[in-house]
Amino acid sequence: MSQVDNYQGPTGNLPDGHGRAPERFENPGLPAHKPRLGDVDPKVDKRRQRIVLALFGVSTLGTIGFLVAYFALPTGRDVATIHRSNLWLGLGLAASLLGIGLAAIQWAKSIMNNEEKVEERHPMASRPEVREAAVRNLAEGAKDSGISRRGLLKSAVVGSLALFPLTIAVPLIGEIGGDWNVGKLKHTMWKKGLRLTIDPSGRPIKASDVTIGSVFHVIPDGLDKTPDPLEEKAKAVVLVVRLDPQVVKSEQIPGASYQGIFAFSKICTHVGCPVALYEQQTHHLLCPCHQSTFDVADGARVIFGPAKRPLPQLPITVDDQGYLVAQSDFTQPVGPSFWERLR
Amino acid sequence: MTTTTPPATPTGKAAAATADWLDQRTGIGVAVKGLARKLFPEHWSFMLGEIALYSFITLLLSGVFLTMFFVPSADEVTYNGPWSALQGTSMSAAFASTLKLSFEVRGGLLMRQVHHWAALIFLAAIVTHMMRVFFTGAFRKPREINWVIGFVLLTLGLAAGFSGYSLPDDVLSGNGLRITDGLIRGIPIIGTYMSYFVFGGEFPGTALIPRLFTVHVLLVPGAILALVGLHLALVFLHKHTQFPGSGRTNNNVVGYPLFPVYTAKAGGFFFIVFGVIALMGAAMQINPVWNYGPYDPAPVSAGAQPDWYMLFLEGSLRLTPGQLEVVLGNFTVPLNVLIPGLVIPLLLLGPLAVYPFLEAYATGDKREHHLLDRPRNAPFRTAFGISILSAFFVLVLGGSNDLLATHFHLSLNDITWTLRFAFFLVPPIVFAVTRRVCLALQRKDRELVLHGHESGRIVRFASGEYVEVHTPLDEDERWIRVQHEPIRPVQIAPGEDSRGVRRKGYKSDLRRQRVSRLFFETRVEPVTPAEYAAAQEHLAVTAGHGDGAREQIGAGTGPERISHS
Amino acid sequence: MKSLAARRHDRRAPIVLLALALVLTGALYAVLAAPSRADAAPVTTQADAQAGEKLFQANCATCHGMGAVGTSVAPSLVGVGAAAVDFQVGTGRMPLTMSGPQAQVKPVQFTPDQISQLAAYVAGLGPGPEIPTADMVDPSKGDPATGMAIFRTNCAMCHNAVGAGGSLTQGKFAPNLWQTTPTHLYEAMLTGPQSMPVFNDANITPQEKRDVIAFISQQGGTQPGGLDLGSLGPVSEGLWAWVVGLGLLIGAAVWIGAKSS
Repeated sequence: MSQVDNYQGPTGNLPDGHGRAPERFENPGLPAHKPRLGDVDPKVDKRRQRIVLALFGVSTLGTIGFLVAYFALPTGRDVATIHRSNLWLGLGLAASLLGIGLAAIQWAKSIMNNEEKVEERHPMASRPEVREAAVRNLAEGAKDSGISRRGLLKSAVVGSLALFPLTIAVPLIGEIGGDWNVGKLKHTMWKKGLRLTIDPSGRPIKASDVTIGSVFHVIPDGLDKTPDPLEEKAKAVVLVVRLDPQVVKSEQIPGASYQGIFAFSKICTHVGCPVALYEQQTHHLLCPCHQSTFDVADGARVIFGPAKRPLPQLPITVDDQGYLVAQSDFTQPVGPSFWERLR
Repeated sequence: MTTTTPPATPTGKAAAATADWLDQRTGIGVAVKGLARKLFPEHWSFMLGEIALYSFITLLLSGVFLTMFFVPSADEVTYNGPWSALQGTSMSAAFASTLKLSFEVRGGLLMRQVHHWAALIFLAAIVTHMMRVFFTGAFRKPREINWVIGFVLLTLGLAAGFSGYSLPDDVLSGNGLRITDGLIRGIPIIGTYMSYFVFGGEFPGTALIPRLFTVHVLLVPGAILALVGLHLALVFLHKHTQFPGSGRTNNNVVGYPLFPVYTAKAGGFFFIVFGVIALMGAAMQINPVWNYGPYDPAPVSAGAQPDWYMLFLEGSLRLTPGQLEVVLGNFTVPLNVLIPGLVIPLLLLGPLAVYPFLEAYATGDKREHHLLDRPRNAPFRTAFGISILSAFFVLVLGGSNDLLATHFHLSLNDITWTLRFAFFLVPPIVFAVTRRVCLALQRKDRELVLHGHESGRIVRFASGEYVEVHTPLDEDERWIRVQHEPIRPVQIAPGEDSRGVRRKGYKSDLRRQRVSRLFFETRVEPVTPAEYAAAQEHLAVTAGHGDGAREQIGAGTGPERISHS
Repeated sequence: MKSLAARRHDRRAPIVLLALALVLTGALYAVLAAPSRADAAPVTTQADAQAGEKLFQANCATCHGMGAVGTSVAPSLVGVGAAAVDFQVGTGRMPLTMSGPQAQVKPVQFTPDQISQLAAYVAGLGPGPEIPTADMVDPSKGDPATGMAIFRTNCAMCHNAVGAGGSLTQGKFAPNLWQTTPTHLYEAMLTGPQSMPVFNDANITPQEKRDVIAFISQQGGTQPGGLDLGSLGPVSEGLWAWVVGLGLLIGAAVWIGAKSS
């Protein structure tokens, strides 16, 4: 063996006169079995047997306790009774199970013969003659089938086997995605004149109600009456704040805010969590899921975390009664990025 | 077996008759003869896989109970049960039935909590079991297939956990699904279609809960059950590995028989696993969905995290900076989602899945291995495993960064920045340190074998010299420390023959040698008998100075031996 | 009598007496404070405001400026209202003892009387939110289900689903709400202290605020399923699964694998 740089082995230290020592140590063989105290002292043996019996007894008591708790401890309309029932049923079940488990193991450890036995291993591979016979059998079978002589038959088998799963796959794939209309991801139910209302009460919001420092969680008016309210809500939720004109650094869409009132999509542009955590002093919006941070005073630009794009702004104004309404739908798809979002 | 006298008792007779009936129809006697006294070696770490198996059985038992009361439907209902904070709230039938089985079905809450705790422990046990198999080299030939099966079981376990976690349709798990949707949508070209494929249309839809239910109670557990059967069959076929020790060789198994010792121990352990989980279900609340409320896409709560086994994904999503999202032409490729969500898990888990083949390539070893390695004797493997674990650990911390911030009064942003660097710095450092520790431990073993234990006794020779008396190791202690084979980098034939003609396959040999050197160049070899003899001679010479130490040397004759032919 | 007189000479006597007085005030405060102060709030006198001004100049003006118009280190308090003062001083957040990411809850520095005097002074500087009456914050009059829905949409992202608290950016945090008094909860919603947004009466109506208080008052106590593990969600559950669950089971495995003596 060549001497390599990092080699830290012993060969270099070998005294010259010891070339004839064996390469490896010999396995000293299994040490003698030491009997347990219970194997030699019948009194100890008796005591161990009693421990096992007692543990099985604990199990039976646990089962009885469980049944008593089941019948005697009803759950009512308050937390205390539910808690009580759960606790005592659980303790009964645990005692019932642990009793059996501990007893069985105690038995195995202290009573059963604990002398270690030795068994030989055999190599995994089958013996050469068995292998040869197997190969011969396969060759005979292949010859019997005649497949090697009939090439067309081979392709027919492969072809039909490959095609038949289509009978299951085609209808499955056709139906599993609903209408497959992925274009819906690009639009929300916001449209010109639709009122902004408070989530979840549905009260419309007067522009004058949105004071500096407050934040409104908003849903579109009439959300409940749409055919798919959850799907619409998952895209349309909006957060409304009013900023002091002095703190506004930039606007995402000029003219989209109303007297310092800004409405931004609440769906994170990272993977879609609701970005709901508004720090009113810094005007930062934080997503509690992955901590993307958006600066509302700077067009909802990302200032920290795993999101890339600003939260889309919803253009808003007021109607003739002074309630906040949308100017239009969002001007870009909301939520997480996908391949064709810009198409 | 010395006597075969027929049993005289009535039960004995009945048992014999039944056995006879069954054997005449199945020939089961062959299996019973082969299996009843099959030996298994004893070590606590061999029971980690059992914890996984038994928590899985606990999952099946409690899960069947839950399916009797759970309604997998997104239909809207109005709650009118005992929980006052939700009365009059509209929610899905899935959520309402979860509340009902928790509060109105006696024992239902217990079964739900048992089920969820068992799921967390199932995956924790799989991970620790895999750690044991990895660090002791139990995946080597002929067990590579079983390692891969185990790896697939891990991923199926994750799928089972994730699909079950989302079933109650609460705000917390709903946001988890939303994140999943965001991840799927990010896949180039087919992302949006994949999202529709999963949710049956736009997120959240009404199709997912019933679909997840089928996945959770039929597909995944069915696959797990089948693979667990295969996994165990292979364990029986291969016979269990054993730790090295006196009398234990690569060609034998030293242990206790399946019947009765392991019937009692393994059977009893099942009840202990179930019992401990029941204790947790009784005393520790888990996943209180009534606190989170029914799913609604608008709200989210602080502490929005998945169960622990998905936390590494959450962490990698949190740590990856957003700048990675790119637009190619008109098409958006959100690498800020794809790298942490798909690439990093593959990079961390992929090498683990194929590690047995990687190591076999580096050793060039084609023999079967049934004796386990002590982790210190495989420094590269141990360091590699620990460094991958450390990467996971950094990600898990990343996934818990908000809780770290509140509980240790730190800044969330500082934690994130620190962990971003840590993800790249910690694994290599951990690798280097672990390898050094392994080598140091091996050197300590050599030192012990050559010079014995320090006895703490100082002896003064007549010449005035002081020497500490070392007690030599007994045979068993020594064997543990010298039994392993040193693995050296593969040697290859030279690239050109004597006439200067390049031989075929030299390049691939060279590649293998490079990998092999990476694994095994730095190493400490076990003490050889020659070195031992030399050391003994040296000791004898020093001891020869005086009489005090002489008695101590040579006092290590081992106890009585049993031949292990 | 003699012994009592003797004890009066003990040098520890003033400390004992002070402690007793504090405990007594505390107990009285706990029992009486909410209703009495609420009743007192509308009838603060000119004298209260004058006493408050003195207190303000002694304790607060260094940062908030003479006349509470604000300085470079602290905001103006004109128009913040009595509710803001009662919350900030009543929870011990003000006066600030050290700078940091945000003001922390500390032992309250003033007596209830002094707090209402300070509140009266600040309320006189400009119109602002008033301290709610006992009726407005009575949890038994609120509907916890509506409260939970409001809380989930408006509060849970910072304070966690049941008000156990959570993290904000740069070392700031949303505190746990379980020990916060109903009055302080109401005032916090109304005034939006520090990072917290304002939830004015158009956004969350007074009735809805009481509902939120009713929901919070149910939290932090006995849980149906046992120990609440901090109500922090899956991370703490995972930690306990490893420590308690796997810990016990590995312990059992070691016991099973150990040789019996």
